[in-house]
Amino acid sequence: MFATYLFREISNRRKQTTIIAIGLALAIALVIIVNGVAAGVKSAQSSILASIYGVGTDVTVSEEAAVPGEGEGPPRFEFGSDDGATTDGTTALSQTRLSAGFGTATFDASALDAVTAVDNVTAATATLDLTNSSFSGEMPDFSQGMPQMGDGQSPPVGGADGAGGSAFSIDSFTVTGIDVGGAAVGPLTSTSLVDGRGFAASDAGATVAVLDSTYATTAELGVGDTIAIADTDFEIVGLVSSTSADATTAANSYIPLDVAQSLSALDGQVSTIFVTAASSSDIGQIQTDIQAALPEAKVSTQADLASSVSGSLTTASDLVSNLGTWLSVIVLGAAFLIAILFTISGVSRRTREFGTLKAIGWSNARIVRQVAGESLVQGLIGGALGVALGLGGLLIVNAVAPTLSASSSVAPAAQGMFGPPQATQAAAATTEIALQAPVTAEIIAIAVGLAVLGGVLAGVVGGWRAARLRPAEALRSVA
Amino acid sequence: MYTLTNVTKMYRQSKRSVTALGDVSIEIPSGQMVAIQGPTGGGKSTLLQLLGALERPTSGTVVLGESNLSTLGDAKLARIRAREIGFVFQGFNLIPTLTAQENVETALAPLGLQRAERRSRAAEALASVGLGDRLTHLPSELSGGQQQRVAIARALVKNPEVLLADEPTGNLDEETRDEIMDLLESLWRDTGLTLIIVTHDSAVAKRAERRVRIKQGKVHEAA
Ligand SMILES: Nc1ncnc2c1ncn2[C@@H]1O[C@H](COP(=O)(O)OP(=O)(O)OP(=O)(O)O)[C@@H](O)[C@H]1O
Ligand SMILES: [Mg+2]
Repeated sequence: MFATYLFREISNRRKQTTIIAIGLALAIALVIIVNGVAAGVKSAQSSILASIYGVGTDVTVSEEAAVPGEGEGPPRFEFGSDDGATTDGTTALSQTRLSAGFGTATFDASALDAVTAVDNVTAATATLDLTNSSFSGEMPDFSQGMPQMGDGQSPPVGGADGAGGSAFSIDSFTVTGIDVGGAAVGPLTSTSLVDGRGFAASDAGATVAVLDSTYATTAELGVGDTIAIADTDFEIVGLVSSTSADATTAANSYIPLDVAQSLSALDGQVSTIFVTAASSSDIGQIQTDIQAALPEAKVSTQADLASSVSGSLTTASDLVSNLGTWLSVIVLGAAFLIAILFTISGVSRRTREFGTLKAIGWSNARIVRQVAGESLVQGLIGGALGVALGLGGLLIVNAVAPTLSASSSVAPAAQGMFGPPQATQAAAATTEIALQAPVTAEIIAIAVGLAVLGGVLAGVVGGWRAARLRPAEALRSVA
Repeated sequence: MYTLTNVTKMYRQSKRSVTALGDVSIEIPSGQMVAIQGPTGGGKSTLLQLLGALERPTSGTVVLGESNLSTLGDAKLARIRAREIGFVFQGFNLIPTLTAQENVETALAPLGLQRAERRSRAAEALASVGLGDRLTHLPSELSGGQQQRVAIARALVKNPEVLLADEPTGNLDEETRDEIMDLLESLWRDTGLTLIIVTHDSAVAKRAERRVRIKQGKVHEAA
C-alpha cells in the first residue's frame, strides 16, 4: 500500500513534485559546481605551490631581506683599467657574478640543525638561492686613444661598430644550491627527470648541474653540454621539469650546495629551509617551535605561502570561496524552504484525505511515514536531477578549461634583476594553469545527502502537520 | 453494542464554549439499524464522532463492546477504528489519486494483510457493491453513486462490527439515493452489523428499525 500510494501521489501530483524537485535540483547542481570548481582551484593552487616549494613541504624557513643600505643593492659590475682583452682598438669585457638573489637574505646553515631538532619534523633540507649574472660587452680602447686626445681632432676608433661605439649584454639566470644527499623534501621533489640523471650523494663538491628543462630549451643547452656559472664550467647531467605540467620549476638551474656556497663566497650560508611535518596537525606546533628557536627567521606554512600567490587564480579562489559558498547556502536554503512550504500546503490541501484515512484506522505513524516517504522521493528525484545538472555544468567548465594565472611573490629563488623576459618570468614564478574541476564520489554523495536532507526536512514538517490533524476533519461536509 | 452514559461533548472556541451534546445516555444493541435525525447544528455529527472513536467525550463514558472509548489512547482508538468500525461520508472521501480497488485496499492496510489478499478482498468487496468491472477506475471517472458504492465497499471490506454513515445520500439524487439505501439495507441484513445512519431525509429514516432525534444536544427517541 505504501509504495502504491506513494507512486500514485508522486505521479499524479506532478506539479508539486516538479516544483520541489527542480528547486532542490538547482541548489544541488550549484553545490556540485561550486564544490568542483573550488576543488579545481585548490588543486591548481597546490600544484603551483608544489612546483615552487616542492612536494611534501609543510613549512619553509627563510630570512627577511634587510632593506638595502647605501652601496648595497643589486650586484654591480666593476672593471679596473687592466681588465679585458684589447684587440684592434676594442676592449672586450666580461664579468660574471654569482650572488644571493636580490631581495633574498642568507643565514647560517646551523639553522638547519635547529630546525631538525624541533619535535615532529621528519625531514628538513636547506637550499641556497643565487642569481648568476654575467656582463659582457665591447667598448673602444680608450687607453690608446688617450695620447691623441690633445689634438682634439681624431674621432675615436674601435668599439663594437669600429667607430667608438659600445655594446653590452647582461644575462642572468637563477641557480639553486641543493643538498645532493637525496633530500626527501625541497624544490626538486616536485620535478620529474626529463633527460640524464638527478643528483647523487657523490656529486657533492662536483661541478655538475641539473637544469630546468624549459630554461634548457631557451638557452639551447642539453645533457652533456656545459654551462658557465661564476666563470666555472659545470657539466649538465640532467634536465628536470615540474610534475604539474603547466608550471616551471623553482629555479633555472640546480648545483650541489657546497659548490654553490664556495663559488658565491657564502660559505656556510643558506637562504631557505624546507621542512616536512610528521602530520599536518603538527604544523602549527612546528611553526611556533622554529620561530622560538630562530627568532630572526620568517617561518611560513603552506597556508601562508598560498596567500602569497596572486593573480587570477587567487581571484578565482576568493570568488569561489566567498560568492560561491554564499550563493550555494542561499539557494540551498531557498530550495529547502520551497520544499517545506509546498509540502505543508500539500498536507493542508489533503486535510480531508488524511482525516479520512485516520477515520478508517490509519495510525499517525502510518500517515507520517506516507508523507515523509513522498517528500523523500521528491528529494531523491531532485537529487538525481541536480547531480545530472551539476555534472553537466562541471563538464562544461572542464571543456572550457579557463586558464588561471598565478604569481608567487615569495618564491625562494626569486627576483632576477636582469636577463631576458623568459628568465624574469621564471624568477617571478608566474604560472599559467588550466582549471580542471574534478568530479569526486564525495561531492556526489554530499549532493545526494543534501537532497535527502531537504526531503527529510520537508517530510518531517509535513508529517508533523499531518499527524496533528484531527480524524474528525473527515466528517466536515464541505467538499 | 454501544452504551453511552451521561455523555457531554463541549467545544471550546477561544472564550465561548459550545455544548454540542449534553448529558446523553443511550444504548444501541448489536445488529440494530438506527437513523439519527434532527435540525442542523443539533449534534448529530458529534454523536457519530464519539461512536466512531474519532473523539473522546468531555465527560461521561462511551463503551463499544468491551472497549471504553472515552479513556483509550490515540493508538488504541486507531486500532478499534481499523478493526471494528466502518465509515461512510456524505462527500464519499475517496482518495483521488488511487483507483477504486486501491481505495478499498486502504482500509485493509492497517490490518497487516499480504498484498495479494488485500487485492482479492478489495475486488470481492467491489463486486458485492456492483462495481466488479470498475476496479481500475479513478474516483474522477466514477459517478457520485458509484463513488459512494466504492466508499461502502471500503467500509465493509474489513467486516466491521459497526457501520457509521453521516448523510450518505446527501449528495445524491433521489434515484441513486434509493439504490444506495437498498444496498446498505441488504448488506445490513446479510452481515448482521450495527448500522447507524445520520440523515435529514425522512425517506431514508423510514427504513430504519429505530429513529432517534437530536435537538440542541439532547436525544429523543422517536416513536
Ligand atoms: N470542531 C468543532 N469546534 C467547535 N464547535 C463545533 C465543532 N464541531 C461541532 N461544533 C458545534 O457543535 C454543535 C453541533 O454540531 P454538529 O456538527 O454535531 O451538528 P449536526 O447535527 O451534525 O449539524 P448538521 O446537520 O448541519 O451536520 C454545533 O453548534 C457546532 O457549531
Ligand atoms: Mg453533521
